[in-house]
Amino acid sequence: MEIKVALPKGRLLGGTAALLRRAGWGLIGYHERVRFYRIKSGSFPNLSAKVFHEKDIPIQVAIGNYDLGICGSDWIEELLAKYPSSALLKEGNLGYGEGALYMAASCSEGASTVEEVRAKPGTIRIASEYPNLAESLALKLRLRRFSIFPLWGAAEVYPPESADLALVFGTAEELLHYELVPVSKVLSVSAFLIANRNSWESKDMSKMVASVYDKVMAQEQQPSPDTATKPEIVGQYLPEEAAKDIVRLALPDGHQQLPTLHLLSKAGIHIDDYPSAVGNRRPTTDLPGVTIKVIRPQDMPLQVANGNFDLAITGRDWLMEHLYQFPSSPVTELLDLKLGKVKIVAVVSKDLSVTDVQGLRRLNAERAVPLRVASEYINIADKYARDNHLGLYRVIPTWGASEAFLPEDADLLIENTQTGRTIARHNLKIIDTLFLSTAWLIGSSTRISSSFKRERIKSIIKTLRRAVEEI
Amino acid sequence: MRIQRCKGTRDLSPEEMTRFRLIEGAFRDCCLKWGYNEVRTPTLEYLHLFTSTGTLTPGMLGKVYSFLDWDGWSGERVVLRPDGTIPVARLYIDSMEREKLAKLFYVANVFIFEQTGKKTRERWQCGAELIGVSSPLTDVELVMLALEVLKRLRLEGIELRLSHAGLIRTLLAKLGLSAEEQTMIFDHILDGDTEALAKVKFRRPKLKETLPSLLNLKGKSPRFLENLKALFSQDLPEFQPYIDDFINIAELLEALGCDYQIDIASGRGFEYYTGVIFQFFKGEEKIGGGGRYDALIPLMGGKDIPASGFALYLDRLMNLVKPEALAKPLAQRILVRAQPAAVKEGFGTATRLHEAGYRAEFYLGAQEQADFKWTLDVQSKQPLFILTDQVKHRRFEAQTINQVLAVLRKKGGDKGSVA
Repeated sequence: MEIKVALPKGRLLGGTAALLRRAGWGLIGYHERVRFYRIKSGSFPNLSAKVFHEKDIPIQVAIGNYDLGICGSDWIEELLAKYPSSALLKEGNLGYGEGALYMAASCSEGASTVEEVRAKPGTIRIASEYPNLAESLALKLRLRRFSIFPLWGAAEVYPPESADLALVFGTAEELLHYELVPVSKVLSVSAFLIANRNSWESKDMSKMVASVYDKVMAQEQQPSPDTATKPEIVGQYLPEEAAKDIVRLALPDGHQQLPTLHLLSKAGIHIDDYPSAVGNRRPTTDLPGVTIKVIRPQDMPLQVANGNFDLAITGRDWLMEHLYQFPSSPVTELLDLKLGKVKIVAVVSKDLSVTDVQGLRRLNAERAVPLRVASEYINIADKYARDNHLGLYRVIPTWGASEAFLPEDADLLIENTQTGRTIARHNLKIIDTLFLSTAWLIGSSTRISSSFKRERIKSIIKTLRRAVEEI
Repeated sequence: MRIQRCKGTRDLSPEEMTRFRLIEGAFRDCCLKWGYNEVRTPTLEYLHLFTSTGTLTPGMLGKVYSFLDWDGWSGERVVLRPDGTIPVARLYIDSMEREKLAKLFYVANVFIFEQTGKKTRERWQCGAELIGVSSPLTDVELVMLALEVLKRLRLEGIELRLSHAGLIRTLLAKLGLSAEEQTMIFDHILDGDTEALAKVKFRRPKLKETLPSLLNLKGKSPRFLENLKALFSQDLPEFQPYIDDFINIAELLEALGCDYQIDIASGRGFEYYTGVIFQFFKGEEKIGGGGRYDALIPLMGGKDIPASGFALYLDRLMNLVKPEALAKPLAQRILVRAQPAAVKEGFGTATRLHEAGYRAEFYLGAQEQADFKWTLDVQSKQPLFILTDQVKHRRFEAQTINQVLAVLRKKGGDKGSVA
């Protein structure tokens, strides 16, 4: 019987590869420079492994696409916080990849204890890649009124202006580097072996599991130092000018940085240290009265809606994703920057006989199991499935490299593509185009009280419009 | 494709709805007679209404159905109402605060996650709230109202258990614990985990001995409380107002001939209680409960208004009421069968019978004749009406609907017994 294993890339890859090497799994191609998603074992012929973003692994194991998985306990707890009855078994601590989740506040803000946070007036904004854990912690701390901002990343850069608290992974020292101070330690994290409950009850995985545990037990267990002690505050974050007249601009991280920089310099706007070689997320600019933060484009619409930023440069895809979830959001499109043109497409395996969405609907009507729709854009995917009456379906959220999900872990993919080449290379085909997406300057329709700020925003839009029209 | 019922939900069949409406009817009738007015609050509320200290315990909060709705871009979460009292308090603050006394009741569903999905996660409650007056009289009125409903449902052997949140809180305050720790222990007691107390490090060892013994005390009379008062009054003068309040209520209930059991360690799930807590049991099953919550309305941003209330658990009552105990004579239904040429007259006849107060069904080719006391054939030719008594096998012919009605009146057609 085939045993399917989900293995992490990223932070835990090195430790996991080392452990499985010692356990004699003979995995072919699972190392720091992993090139392929699908991996075979030289020792267990019935084992097939796939490499995922760590965050995907608990979901993949819980829904039964994989029998076993290895990932950090932070992502396990994030799933269980919202779905305590998931078919997920935490088999054991593997003893590496250690760290902790902290609820952290800015060093410059007064509130650094739970009582001080609770005493703050108004809504407490919590930014995190772990929204479920953040909610359950907020309830546990008895915060009266709170908002959770789910993020794709860079939570550490949000406090103090864009959030009151951030739930982040790291060590106390690393937090200090970001000028954050832990308010409470939420969870000690390390790599865990997890299993699907049904597989654990029905499949014989004893050899693989034993091979791993022999190695874990053989290693001397070193008690991890308690990092929850409060560090001394050495750095001090200095807020720049008084807030109300300042335009807060969000620029994208990742591969949109160079085209964005190109457009900005064309418009005569100079930005220092963007893209940053040292991970600086607060670059400076010669534009008067403007502060900049570099965050994930995925997170921008929600941030603009909540007034944490006045302007942001993000893809129209992420704006639509936001508006499909929250139709009453005040976010608006200000200017098409005509950068980074992609198509948002519906993709299936080439082996499937269907050629269009009607065919897919007919195919799904005959199946007894739900259609698995994988996407980074869960709301766009959900709307597409609803609008096209796909019947019984489930949306599986993914965090990048979604092509690798088809055909074994999903049936339909909603994905962006520039040329369609990646899709073809993975033996997939496009059956529908949902819409075209380019980078847009976005803002909020909420009225801005400062006339200075209104004029500054108008002038930035004008400058950028001229640069776009020149291209 | 099989269409499935959502896990943790239940359908109510016609038979169950009959029970449901009987209980609801008895409850509404009793409430109206005591001068309570019915209200209905929305199923969706903002989550923050339920989160602050003094509302629901963390045990309950961990099971609410909260999510971001279409307006959720600000991160403001909404919740499927997990409790009936807090929404009514919100309604009172929103629109009724000028009224000196508000006596309100509701029949509402509440939603609480339950892991196995074997018990229903949507539960129905009949609740009454008395807002504006704080006195033992109001608490006793609520207990009597609840007992009257249960009596109307002919439920025997109901056990009333009494506790007092003020007593527990005062004691915790005296233990030298921080506000945080007090709330935590109170939550443990309310969530039914009295063992947790043993683990707490008390700064006053003498009280450590007293608390568990107090929680284990059970009595049946005001004398029990008087003795308790004597035991504590030297050590804990703050105790006095609460124990006096408790004694007052107990004496009133005793004078009214109402049996009860004093059980300090009962409460469960609701942090908002400040005074007496009462619970109704049938055997080991809790079928309702309530208490005084004087701090809730000010905590939610309203004025300093006291309140008290209770809820009966409809789902549990539905399993307990014996239909025969409630049964009225079964409806003697009339089946109206029209000849093809007399369809119009047939419908007209059914309407006339309804107006006259009868339960009359139009024959659709699928009903069983045996389920009906009467059949009424409507024809296009003479005789226009043939009324047949299916039980006594007698046949009456009539020319007008008034003649039909006359026969039904005389022969005991069924009026007014429709459930």
